[in-house]
Amino acid sequence: MGGTERKVKILVAKPGLDGHDRGAKVVARALRDAGFEVIYTGLHQSLDQIVHAAMEEDVDAIGISILSGAHMYVFPTLINMLREEGLDDIVVFGGGIIPTDDIPELEKAGVKKIFLPGTPLEEIIEWVKENVKPRTVSL
Amino acid sequence: MGLIDEVIKGNPRAAARVMRLIEDGVPEAREALKRLYPYTGKAYIIGITGPPGAGKSSLVDRLVEEFRKQGKKVGVVAIDPTSPFSGGAILGDRIRMQRHSTDPEVFIKSLATRGHLGGLSKAADDVIQVMDAMGKDIIMVETVGVGQAEVDIVKTADTTMVVTVPGLGDDIQAIKAGILEIADLFVVNKGDKPEADKTVRELEVMLDMSPPREDGWKPPILKVSAIKGEGIGELMEALQGHRKFLETSGRFESYRKDRVAHSFENLLKDKLFYMVMSKLKENGTYEKLLEDMFTKRKDPYSVIDKLRCQCILDLENN
Ligand code: B12
Ligand SMILES: Nc1nc2c(ncn2[C@@H]2O[C@H](COP(=O)(O)OP(=O)(O)OP(=O)(O)O)[C@@H](O)[C@H]2O)c(=O)[nH]1
Ligand SMILES: [Mg+2]
Repeated sequence: MGGTERKVKILVAKPGLDGHDRGAKVVARALRDAGFEVIYTGLHQSLDQIVHAAMEEDVDAIGISILSGAHMYVFPTLINMLREEGLDDIVVFGGGIIPTDDIPELEKAGVKKIFLPGTPLEEIIEWVKENVKPRTVSL
Repeated sequence: MGLIDEVIKGNPRAAARVMRLIEDGVPEAREALKRLYPYTGKAYIIGITGPPGAGKSSLVDRLVEEFRKQGKKVGVVAIDPTSPFSGGAILGDRIRMQRHSTDPEVFIKSLATRGHLGGLSKAADDVIQVMDAMGKDIIMVETVGVGQAEVDIVKTADTTMVVTVPGLGDDIQAIKAGILEIADLFVVNKGDKPEADKTVRELEVMLDMSPPREDGWKPPILKVSAIKGEGIGELMEALQGHRKFLETSGRFESYRKDRVAHSFENLLKDKLFYMVMSKLKENGTYEKLLEDMFTKRKDPYSVIDKLRCQCILDLENN
């Protein structure tokens, strides 16, 4: 009876030992202020934990923040794990310290978008609005 | 077919998907709930409430650990507030529950209040139903950090735990104003801090001064440290103690009957509201009524009194 209100849900995650969490927090807050529901799981997440949280929380996208240099391992591995779990309709995007030269390969692996340092938050929000929609569910 | 059967088998992915339908208020959610209903009623529900930052999530994490040692399957529903300005939310309770985040027998679900007052979210009760149907033995519900009036949790939980911490100044006073009545158990967390004993004593005095509860239960006060893992064994015993009390006094069943009535009445209110509103909104009647009330040609009380619903109660098929 109550109205339908589909809201976009996004997991913002910090994989591995990388302790730089400013970017992740700033982006999480900006997404909240743009009306999205953000699940933030804190530092030091294993890829297993990220996949598990994404599944339980039924998110529409996973935003990875990574400044440690491990992006060429983290993104493709994560995307493979999601595929194995049948969660490949979840949009994977992210940002951090990532050399521009690496971006084409990441995109080939299935990463939808990478945002580099200095990106205005509005630009991120606009992109999410355009590219992330509530995933379909049927009984 | 598929999804519901999978939920009943305990499949977390299927459960997560059904919960999403419920959260978003998608019409199929109702179909799902209809089919899950026969499988519900087995789980024991524990509510955890208390001021922001009291350590509710950290405590839930400890309790999950204890229940897992007993071989119990555990569900957690953690609620955080939706921003009234943007409609968005940051759900951060999972940060403190990471140790269980990959245990297949532990299901953690974060919910935003989405404008619902009372400390829970509109979807909370139905999400609990899904966890119940998927075979969770224990379901813990962490409310938003409450002020005073957010006491919905008592209607949902079998045992309600109120968590407080030392050094909140007037907080004990705040507790008095309504939360006192709902606590089956008081937990003074951050017992590693020196002022904790003082908080325990203040609570004891306050409980001594308040009239005995109607049901005869005397809420115990427990000092714990979620961070250090101290006092958790005693807390588990106290939880067990309250559960025994409910069961031996017959209240377990009577409270659950109350809960059935409560949720039926809520559904009924929704349904009646929907029926009347959709009728009113036909042919612009509603707008006209609003205009008349705005210009004082009509008053809302008379409008309501004159409503005559031709409501056909078809109870035969029930
Ligand atoms: C602040 C800082 C720290 C702080 C971190 C504080 C904290 N809690 O976050 C401290 C001092 C602790 C620190 C420590 C270290 N740091 Co440091 N640090 C920085 C610094 C100066 C700024 C990072 C920052 O906070 N930026 C502000 C935020 C808002 O920007 P951002 O994270 O880039 O986010 C933006 C985008 O990238 C994107 N984005 C980021 N995440 C996400 C996620 C999503 C979902 C989306 C959509 C977008 C997005 O959007 C944001 C907005 O535009 C950078 C240099 C730099 N200029 O980037 C080095 C830097 C990241 N650190 C670096 C290093 C090496 C370290 C240390 C190893 C140093 C050492 N030897 O001890 C340690 C490691 C700590 C650890 N455990 O990981 C290197 C990393 C090099 C690399 N990857 O190859 C850098 C690049 C410095 C350098 N030039 O060498 N650091
Ligand atoms: N000293 C001490 N700190 C604790 C204890 N338990 C929790 N904390 C800290 O208190 C802070 C809040 O803990 P949470 O578990 O997130 O509290 P919460 O009640 O769930 O908070 P909200 O959900 O935001 O209302 C964290 O920094 C914890 O590390 C404890 O027993 N002792
Ligand atoms: Mg919490």
